[in-house]
Amino acid sequence: MRFVDEFRDADKAHALAAKIAALCEPGREYKFMEVCGGHTHTIYKHGLEDYLPEQVVLVHGPGCPVCVIPMGRVDDAVALASEPGVIMTSFGDMMRVPGSHGSFFDAKAAGTDIRMVYSPLDSLKIARQNPDRQVVFMAIGFETTAPSTAVTMLRAAAEGLANFSVFCNHVTIIPAIKAILDSPDLRLDGFIGPGHVSTVIGCRPYEFIARDYGKPVVVAGFEPLDILQSIYMLMVQLSRGRSEVENQYSRVVPWDGNLVALKAIGETMELRPYFEWRGLGFISHSALAVRQPFAAMDAERRFSVPGVRVADPKACQCGEVLKGVLKPWECKVFGTACTPETPIGTCMVSPEGACAAYYNYGRMNRHRVAEAASAHSAGPA
Amino acid sequence: MSAGSGWISDALREHEQGHDHGERPEMPAGRTELPVTDREQQVLDRIGRARRRRPRVREERITMSHGAGGKATQSLIEAVFLDAFRNPLLEPLEDAASLSVGGARLALTTDSYVVSPLFFPGGNIGDLAVNGTVNDLSVSGATPLYLTAGFILEEGFPVADLERVVSSMRDAAMAAGVSIVTGDTKVVQRGKADGCYVNTAGVGIIAVDALLGVAHAQPGDAIVVSGPVGDHGITVMLARGELDIEADVSSDTAPLNGLIAQLLDAVPDVRAMRDATRGGVATILNEIARAADVGVLVSEDAIPVRAEVRGACELLGIDPMYVACEGRLVAVVPGDSADAAVKALRSHPLGAEAAVIGAVAADQPGIVQLKTSFGGTRIVDLLVGDPLPRIC
Repeated sequence: MRFVDEFRDADKAHALAAKIAALCEPGREYKFMEVCGGHTHTIYKHGLEDYLPEQVVLVHGPGCPVCVIPMGRVDDAVALASEPGVIMTSFGDMMRVPGSHGSFFDAKAAGTDIRMVYSPLDSLKIARQNPDRQVVFMAIGFETTAPSTAVTMLRAAAEGLANFSVFCNHVTIIPAIKAILDSPDLRLDGFIGPGHVSTVIGCRPYEFIARDYGKPVVVAGFEPLDILQSIYMLMVQLSRGRSEVENQYSRVVPWDGNLVALKAIGETMELRPYFEWRGLGFISHSALAVRQPFAAMDAERRFSVPGVRVADPKACQCGEVLKGVLKPWECKVFGTACTPETPIGTCMVSPEGACAAYYNYGRMNRHRVAEAASAHSAGPA
Repeated sequence: MSAGSGWISDALREHEQGHDHGERPEMPAGRTELPVTDREQQVLDRIGRARRRRPRVREERITMSHGAGGKATQSLIEAVFLDAFRNPLLEPLEDAASLSVGGARLALTTDSYVVSPLFFPGGNIGDLAVNGTVNDLSVSGATPLYLTAGFILEEGFPVADLERVVSSMRDAAMAAGVSIVTGDTKVVQRGKADGCYVNTAGVGIIAVDALLGVAHAQPGDAIVVSGPVGDHGITVMLARGELDIEADVSSDTAPLNGLIAQLLDAVPDVRAMRDATRGGVATILNEIARAADVGVLVSEDAIPVRAEVRGACELLGIDPMYVACEGRLVAVVPGDSADAAVKALRSHPLGAEAAVIGAVAADQPGIVQLKTSFGGTRIVDLLVGDPLPRIC
């Protein structure tokens, strides 16, 4: 398939892997964080780690939209959806995220009207078809999805739709990266920058990472060769003692981002003073709320939202996993109490969550895989 | 954790009490830490034991996941139905039960159809209901003979639509060489059903001597698929019109009895056959790995997928290996019969694109490993819930 297969070419991958290995200094470990859950998914889905020397370790970051939603917000959403006359619309990924009394799927099975949509704009269609009901869109995601929520609000305003509102849970990536950089638990050598977020915010916002923290950043695409090439670019920077922001994903990411999208976000949303992140706690200026002129479309103003703070189950170590301090399998309940079918933590829900990616794709005997690979490469070519 | 958070506390309690429970491999002071891969393997072993535990249904109510053909469906079947109905004929959980009646070996199966929309490119609920049951009998090594047909109709359902469904059933039965010999009709009030649901049951006679079953898979066996996968699932998903994606795809619904007869003729020592329906080829591979306690190795490059289906799957963020087929056979054959099996399948129009997709191995029992086109390795697990599109 064009535009896909060329980014999954095994020969090119072998060549890049050799160049990466050649740059490894003996005895040194290289830890790179892929910030975005989309990258985590790609890495596991294509078995990319098989190409990396043991010295190069990938650490999974916090950039998975549903993973960072705290339990209390899920409970709030279920409470909103249970209000008489409300239809809640949500992306599919959100449906299985556990609240303290169950997920959206459980609420749906108990009679609450929660519908899956592929685009926030589909919510407007539902609102038009049900003028006597209130349609609330469960808005989640980083700067990647915020523009589509913004456009939906602008369109609803233009149409004068009175029965549509947004339960806004949009978060911003930079404060989360900063929280990780300031965390004493982790020593990173560089970042694989989030490609999709960067299509909106551009590459400039990462400059402080290179300048103030001295860590290289390479904004990367989502095909496996994109990620391998980004690792190579990070290795080149380190080998030359540089720390800069580079754009590997220039076929999609403009250096200055998408000004139209940023304008739409700015028009409809503003920064919250603080927001709770699952496992990471409260981070200031890390999320978006609906702006005053759109108050009528703000579910938090329009309905009474319980706003109860629910502590994560004690055994759940999503926070450590999201910060990259623990590998998924190092969590106490990983794979035994917490599995994709009965997730306790959010990281086990979304296909972009590090735990789900590892459980679904990576759970195999590394020794045997390595043995099989070397046996294969030793055999006749 | 808040009080009364139901199954989460249950799961944690079970985790604490479980005899598998031990501290995660944390290192006592002064001792050398185990290599990472060994610590990881300890965790994996513990997970393997947890996965072999008796499945339980934790939900208080049925959710859509229970019908998706993945892990939740499997738990429901094993924890609720198998538990209540347990008997030696049911226990293998094959596509059809094989029974002896007056010296003859019969296969018996049933299936209900609730597809939405009822009509889609390449077929409708009627073809599906006949072919699905014919295929469940055929993969059990039986020659399908007689079918039943039950209809649950919603008040207001157009008679013209019912006639279209029924005439498709007649044509499909004729093509498969079976007769629909008894039936039932119920009508429910408007809003209590979605137009038309169909149930079929079928009986066939088993003439072959071979004992077929996924539990018979052995290391060294080859895994063969009869053609491109995922056509039906993608066709129906796109026919719902919610995705605004258009593609030139149509359902692969077809009776497999002719194709299977040809395969059994050429390769009498076939070990197992399954038709890939809900949960796709990936689910069948997992059933093989689990039932026979073997490893399964497949190659992504070897799995036939139409370009249109692959494209739609890429856009939707789903894996074609999990997408439903309605006329595709997955067969396990001894390794040295693989070529003969592919040749036999390819000589039938429904098997023109048959291919060997992988092999059975002794290593890593219970796990399906995929060699990706990119050149890496990953596992392929049972599906959890519906295949949902990713959001970014």
